[in-house]
Amino acid sequence: MELLSHPWPWWAAGIIIGLTVPALLILGNKHFGISANLRHLCAACLPANIKFFQYDWKKEVWNFFFVGGILLGAIIATVWFQNPDPVQIHPDLAADLAAQGVTQIDGLVPADLFSWESLFSLRGFILMVIGGFLIGFGTRYAGGCTSGHAIMGLSDLQVPSLIATISFMVGGFIMANLILPYILAL
Amino acid sequence: MSTIKEFQLPAPSQPAQEAVDQNADFEVRSLDTMCVNESQLKHPWWYNLKYTAVGLFFGLAFVKAEIVSWYRIQEMFRLESFHMYGVIGTAVVIGALSVFLIKRLKIKSIYGEEILFHPKKFNKGQIIGGLIFGLGWAMTGACPGPLFAQIGTGALVITVTLVSAIAGTWVYGYFREKLPH
Repeated sequence: MELLSHPWPWWAAGIIIGLTVPALLILGNKHFGISANLRHLCAACLPANIKFFQYDWKKEVWNFFFVGGILLGAIIATVWFQNPDPVQIHPDLAADLAAQGVTQIDGLVPADLFSWESLFSLRGFILMVIGGFLIGFGTRYAGGCTSGHAIMGLSDLQVPSLIATISFMVGGFIMANLILPYILAL
Repeated sequence: MSTIKEFQLPAPSQPAQEAVDQNADFEVRSLDTMCVNESQLKHPWWYNLKYTAVGLFFGLAFVKAEIVSWYRIQEMFRLESFHMYGVIGTAVVIGALSVFLIKRLKIKSIYGEEILFHPKKFNKGQIIGGLIFGLGWAMTGACPGPLFAQIGTGALVITVTLVSAIAGTWVYGYFREKLPH
């Protein structure tokens, strides 16, 4: 119990995430990928005569159950396996954040940036609303996200997935190093 | 766009029209998506609970290894920590080994179905969309999966990000035909 509460090492999480691929395949011929859920939600709620959303989304409800599990797992982790230690972050990151007034380092997202209060500031709005939009638009345009391309696609040795994964990383490097400092300064 | 040649032919007893509809539906359903249900079987809804169980372990690992942490994502893109590279690298090695074994040993699903893989074709969207997603990933510190996990940890404001991501997907669907692929 005590051991599980401390942050898990990278290899433990890597094994569990890697095993999700065969688990879903063997349990029912399902290919691992989470961003597809966003599309199924569109198909289910607001297909609006768009051909891209005209398909039998009920065949993919298994994926809603899967993300429901992720939500439950996160709740269990938070309620019963709360990390007793303060959050560790790299000193350079802490210094850069502190320079922009982000000093409350706890939880998994900084409350100074991601909170209801922050949502109504320009900085928070850009990070949460624009950031979310780019995730939804970009993942579907790319045909998958970190799970579909970087885990499932690379596991199946798909070249398009390698190209997509490299593009994800390039986009992330550009944002984190070249653009984010300006957004945080807003 | 993608022609699915290896798609299983229907059993002879099925009416031909239904099979054509099923193929057409699969074509649309698998457009621009890595992740798809390949199974032809129909089950009661509660059969899906086993996917919830898999998701539960997955979500637990997400939170406990801090993969859904905004800080870890920043450190990854600032090359300040090996953590995320270790997670993704290990996951790919385990995943690739599993897929290799499933193909090599022709392992079937628990319902006896052949496990199918459809190779994906390259299109420009993987680069353009990939870059766009990368920007959003570094802003929010989350990909689609971690969004659900962040909400589960009590950061309820992330529901706004999730709704915005759904809106982004919808807008993509709306403009899909006009975008370069």
